[in-house]
Amino acid sequence: MDTNLIVFLAMALVAAVAAVGVVAMNNPVRSALCLVVNFFVLAFVYFSLRAELMGISQILVYTGAIMVLFLFVIMLLNLGGRGGTLEERPDVKPGIGVGLGIALFALIAFQVLFPLQASATPRAPDDYGLPQTVGRNLFTTYVLPFELASVLLLVGIVGAILLAKRKM
Amino acid sequence: MASMGEFMPIVILLGVAALVCAAMVTLSWVLGPKKVTPYKASPYECGVEPSGTARERFPIKFYLVAMLFILFDIEVVFLWSWLTVFKNPGMGSPETDLAFQWFSFCAVMVYMVLWIIGDAYVLRVNALAWDEAPEIHEAKFGAPEAPAATPIPDAALQPAGGGK
Amino acid sequence: MVQEWLQGLPPFWLGLIRVLLLVLPILILVPGLIWWERRLLSWMQDRIGPNRTGTLNVPRWFPIKSWRGKKLRTFGLLQPIADGVKLFLKEDITPDAVDRKLYFIAPAIALFPAFALGGVLPFGPWLSDNPATAGFYALLTPVANVDIGILYVLAISSLGVYGVVLAGYASNNKYSLLGGLRASAQLISYELAMGVSLACIVMASGSLKMTEMVRSQEGPLWGVVPWIQNWFLFTPYGLISAVVFLICMVAETNRAPFDLPEAENEIIAGYHTEYSSMKFAVFFMGEYAAMFIFGGIFATVFLGGYNLLPVNWLAIGDSVPALSGVMGFMDRLNYALAPLWFLGKCAGGITFYVWLRATLPRLRYDQLMSLGWKSLLPLAVANFIIVAIWIMGTAKWGVAGGWIAWAGASLLAVLLYLQVMSTYKSGFPDMQRRKVVLTDGIPNAPVGAGAD
Repeated sequence: MDTNLIVFLAMALVAAVAAVGVVAMNNPVRSALCLVVNFFVLAFVYFSLRAELMGISQILVYTGAIMVLFLFVIMLLNLGGRGGTLEERPDVKPGIGVGLGIALFALIAFQVLFPLQASATPRAPDDYGLPQTVGRNLFTTYVLPFELASVLLLVGIVGAILLAKRKM
Repeated sequence: MASMGEFMPIVILLGVAALVCAAMVTLSWVLGPKKVTPYKASPYECGVEPSGTARERFPIKFYLVAMLFILFDIEVVFLWSWLTVFKNPGMGSPETDLAFQWFSFCAVMVYMVLWIIGDAYVLRVNALAWDEAPEIHEAKFGAPEAPAATPIPDAALQPAGGGK
Repeated sequence: MVQEWLQGLPPFWLGLIRVLLLVLPILILVPGLIWWERRLLSWMQDRIGPNRTGTLNVPRWFPIKSWRGKKLRTFGLLQPIADGVKLFLKEDITPDAVDRKLYFIAPAIALFPAFALGGVLPFGPWLSDNPATAGFYALLTPVANVDIGILYVLAISSLGVYGVVLAGYASNNKYSLLGGLRASAQLISYELAMGVSLACIVMASGSLKMTEMVRSQEGPLWGVVPWIQNWFLFTPYGLISAVVFLICMVAETNRAPFDLPEAENEIIAGYHTEYSSMKFAVFFMGEYAAMFIFGGIFATVFLGGYNLLPVNWLAIGDSVPALSGVMGFMDRLNYALAPLWFLGKCAGGITFYVWLRATLPRLRYDQLMSLGWKSLLPLAVANFIIVAIWIMGTAKWGVAGGWIAWAGASLLAVLLYLQVMSTYKSGFPDMQRRKVVLTDGIPNAPVGAGAD
């Protein structure tokens, strides 16, 4: 078997196990940690698809920043303490959830996997996903969304401070 | 087929690093003696009996720092792709290069102005002032223009302690 | 011969060799670094430091007569190794109240980024961008010369938060939790300024690749002086970036004067209060490995990477033909021993860390936060904008025009700063009142103060 395939499968396995861990763990801090692992490995899946800037942004933003906030919020709300652990009770909800999950997976598989199998291996252009390519496109075609993003972030800054600051 | 290409050695590095870390942590657990006593197993609080739980709530300031970090971090992430093309755009000809440089330069300057507005707002409202109270209550500390004859009561000389 | 053998290897095995060439030196050098820090710190504090371990008494039956009874000294170099062996064999106490699984893996998570950080760091020259013609060292280093280069460093160093925060949380100890929180807030605050300061350099060199960053520093100084290399430390914008990066890198590794997460007079040992035995030492290993790698990153980005001196030997040889023989030899020496020069720069980085630790007192937490957010970040952003103006000016009006634009923008920034500061001091009464109260009211306040 191809080394690339082995590495890809290993990473996909880690990502999948971590994703299951996010919902299966009782302690929210552990769930968050699983999500960190999942995001991190997902970045390498992006790399394997040659979306380099995308993958590294995934690590920088999701793994490095947003998940820190998640952990903070969990700890701030004191969910991880002994009293805060969710109790196990016999319930039908997990069963329904699993059933719906399988159904959703079947739906996606039916829509995506089968058509893909029939098609030839898609090939991206050589400079696909490079920071340079992204830069050239972002600052010519998509410059308006770029500026709007900065307005959005400004609103985010003001909102965060208004919410968290007791008085100005 | 997905190909790791240039990232293959990085994946190997991560694997080796994970192995080394796991070995370090496990070895000491395996090699060391195990003689647990109740005193050893209690949380360390300077030798006195631990009181209360450590899972206390903590100040919202940490949360605010994390939120502001995310927002500014994303602002930088948007710029990385520009940095690689600004000096050598490689658009085809020198004229188109210069046009691209000028256009993207103006776009980024508008972006940076919005950034500076955000940063100035953060600094102006003292969002990251760690001791929370920008003013000290005069009732507690005595106004600077207090009458000369009245001695300041002892209570007023208590340490500042955050002002709240 | 070695080169052909390496080229013939399958990519996986070549990758493994590169990885081992990065990881093994770190593992071997960390005890040496600890020894170096302890000895240097002792010397700076007028002490002797560890100097006994590893001294060997030559026995009486030794065949060479003149050696008998003599001592073979290693200046205490084996002390950290002895400490390491001891730590491995010590009892690994797991307190009852901890979250066992998280407590177990937190040190591993703290160590992981330190090893992974060096993945894009070239310690030998790449002659060109194409691996096929880049020469011998291109086969061995960096582990992967990816297009996102420096972003990988930023991304991995941002993972350092988790080890600390999880250790603090899992220990279920008040001091650990406080230490973990402090550390995480500190790490994320300084990461921002670090990212922006690196952005300036990326903009000036036009590439995220580490090898290209080094190569862009081999050009003539300021685009003018051909004999001297244009290390980014020598350029005005690079100097500002270097200062910001240096401060941030010390803060990112939790070292003095930014070691608040482990400030022993406030929170015992911070996030590793509850850790014992090798788990405790693993945090330190991570710290030292990260210091070492960050020294290498600083060298690569600002100090010309694997070049010995900021001198273009061949250019001097071209202009002074009499010296061309010597200069050619120096150039080959510069190439052949490149990893040694790089290692020297890393060691210099470590020495700088120790020097800082011996010199500066620890910051207060509000000082730490305001330094990161109110000084370094605005400075880095101002520098960023000025570099953008400089490059734009260079593209439009040539080298001289670029520098004039740079000078104008810098002047404008300084004036703006002075204006803002004067407004800040006079215009906002609510921020001023506190200062008045503290200086006039409380400290010099015997009975009847405030009268003057």
